[in-house]
Amino acid sequence: MNKSYKTKRTIGNVIAYIVLILISIIWLFPFVGLVLQSFRSYATEYGGMVDYLLPKAFSLDNYKFLFSGETNYVRWYSNTLIIAFFVTAFQTIIILCVSYALSRMRFAGRELLMRFWLILGLFPGFLTMICLYFLLKQFGLTQAGAIPGLILVSVASSGMGYYVCKGYFDTIPKALDEAARIDGATRARIFFTMIIPMSKPIIIYTALVAFMAPWCDYVFASYVAFGHDQSYNVAVAMTRWVWTNDYQGYFTRFCAGGVLIAIPVTLLFMFLQKYYVEGVTGGAVKG
Amino acid sequence: MAGSTGKKKTKNVGSGLESVKQVFKNIGVTFVEGDFKTKLSYLIFGFGPMLRGQILIGAVLLLLEVLFFWYMTGFGWQYLSKISTLGTVATQKVGRKTVYGDNSFLILLFGVLSAFAVIAFFVVWYLNIRENRKEELLLKAGKKLPSNKDTFLSLFDKNFDKTLLFLPVTGIFVFTVLPIVFMICVAFTNYDANHQAPSNLFTWVGLENFKNLVSFGTEGFGPTFLQVLLWTLVWAFLATFIDYFLGLGVAILINKKGVRFKKLWRTILVMTIAVPQFVSLLYIMKMFANDGLINGYLIKWGIIKTAIPFWTDPLLAKITIIVVNIWIGIPYLMLIATGLLMNIPEDLYESARIDGANGWQMFKSITLPYMLFVTGPFILTQFTGNLNNFNVIYLLTQGKPQSMNLAGNAGNTDLLVTWLYKMTVNDTNYKMAAVIGIMVFIVTAIFALGVYGLLPSVKDEEGFQ
Repeated sequence: MNKSYKTKRTIGNVIAYIVLILISIIWLFPFVGLVLQSFRSYATEYGGMVDYLLPKAFSLDNYKFLFSGETNYVRWYSNTLIIAFFVTAFQTIIILCVSYALSRMRFAGRELLMRFWLILGLFPGFLTMICLYFLLKQFGLTQAGAIPGLILVSVASSGMGYYVCKGYFDTIPKALDEAARIDGATRARIFFTMIIPMSKPIIIYTALVAFMAPWCDYVFASYVAFGHDQSYNVAVAMTRWVWTNDYQGYFTRFCAGGVLIAIPVTLLFMFLQKYYVEGVTGGAVKG
Repeated sequence: MAGSTGKKKTKNVGSGLESVKQVFKNIGVTFVEGDFKTKLSYLIFGFGPMLRGQILIGAVLLLLEVLFFWYMTGFGWQYLSKISTLGTVATQKVGRKTVYGDNSFLILLFGVLSAFAVIAFFVVWYLNIRENRKEELLLKAGKKLPSNKDTFLSLFDKNFDKTLLFLPVTGIFVFTVLPIVFMICVAFTNYDANHQAPSNLFTWVGLENFKNLVSFGTEGFGPTFLQVLLWTLVWAFLATFIDYFLGLGVAILINKKGVRFKKLWRTILVMTIAVPQFVSLLYIMKMFANDGLINGYLIKWGIIKTAIPFWTDPLLAKITIIVVNIWIGIPYLMLIATGLLMNIPEDLYESARIDGANGWQMFKSITLPYMLFVTGPFILTQFTGNLNNFNVIYLLTQGKPQSMNLAGNAGNTDLLVTWLYKMTVNDTNYKMAAVIGIMVFIVTAIFALGVYGLLPSVKDEEGFQ
């Protein structure tokens, strides 16, 4: 009896390992492929699509090309970094402010505001693209000025993404606030000296999510920077390489560019993974 | 349930009417009972507070009034006055010179803005009256008015919410509310490629565009709209539930007792979330292309003769998208499920095991009901998110393969949102894009608000505790 249970369990585990290894191969394959193909030279081999994975000769041509000055890759990269940096800073501050106000204070119109924002969030974001483009154009924040424009638009609407952070604030006992208020602390003081220091995990989560988003922003970025090469972010530039220049063999150069983008973002994410998991699980349960 | 929400609503409407009545009563009573300072404040905002020493409040109120009139006379009125026609003077060429006429786009945009300004003006007017009333009552009761310093400091204490919310609310108004109202208006105009400002005028056409959307003639969008809507719903349903159950399965597999290197397996999967989607999705798109790696190897190994049209066959493209989406979706669900699985009390499983239940039975009667209950709202958010899942579709297929049978340049794998995007960017068919946008809103709202109330975990919060 005991023995059959054990063998059953061993078989179960073997099957589990086989499935997990298969899953790992499938999940890692695109990344391995991306890295391998980024080392295929576009000069000695074909830089477009080929039917083999391993390059015939290892080469850094693609990487050299990125920094050769023939393209604006460095510019695109720093554009994205700048956008990500400012969006992260401002968006985190705004979300913290909104979450504190909605979680801790009771004011007339609070429920109404929350319901109104919820309904606003149900409109598809691209609906307003043309109007936003025009608004930005009025201030000279398109094409050459696309970078501050993109930051402005991302930051301006970020108040609506308060759910996860407010959910976290709600779990901090209100008794703490009341005790501090009896001691004469103002709301602002409680916010800055009590709540914020206690919210490190959620601040990191909010900042991480804000930092990741600009790296994937293709839609609005391509619309606002339209035709102005200097203002592209990496997503717009790399997508253009893949779609329009395939016949020139830009595929391997896209791979190299993609690898350089993925490495720092991935490392950062892995490093802060714990906070991300806390944030999404907390958010998922509270809805 | 339905009865109680119904009652709640009527109560809300009732209290809404009640408060409107209250507002008008306040305006009247304050005027009749107020002194000359209050009475003059009806015309000059903040006059009363300033004379009573409330310089700060008074000055802000007065400033807002001055700003409003300055804006309206210098800027707003010229647009607001033309909003009923959206402009009548067309841009013309006189000799070699272009003489610009009315710009319908600006008239609509700033007309909407001015309409909001008018509303805001009346709100400030009312606040100004209420402030006067409050001060008079305080003085009558023999109390002192707060000093200007106290009023200012209250922005960091009692009124801290106003300080915190001022910028976010303003930002959302300018960059979300105003554009949405503008686009809703566009749905009722003929703004498209042939009516582009500033060279051409556009104007109101009533429900014309909505009729076009549901008309089934040769020019109508009806059949296309139905097909795209159906695929959007099918996609959202499959993408949500396939990912959900597979993700749950993988999480259980990793959590299984005796499986080692749990962290390693999780980290491998989490890579998908960490790597920016445009890198991974564009690579995968190329992998499945006709001349891509997968077809290349399959042909080389002699398994197939000609390339499998992963992206060019309508049905196959849909299946490939759903499969690739599993690759994206599982890690995310695995993370969430892992956290939640640990919350299920171990003794539930223990007693089930003693009763002789096998793994499948335990999953069916403990794990699954618990997970479905707890993650109900999350599944719903996932579903509405997938209805609007732009990235996956656009990076993989851009809505292709194209079809001659579809109107408005829609492709076979287009969702409503990607179709909306194409209409804006490629066709500049803004009027229909706006109509589609409103439809997306309606569909999303039906699921988000309608289904939400029916979820067991919302109905019965204590159910599983």
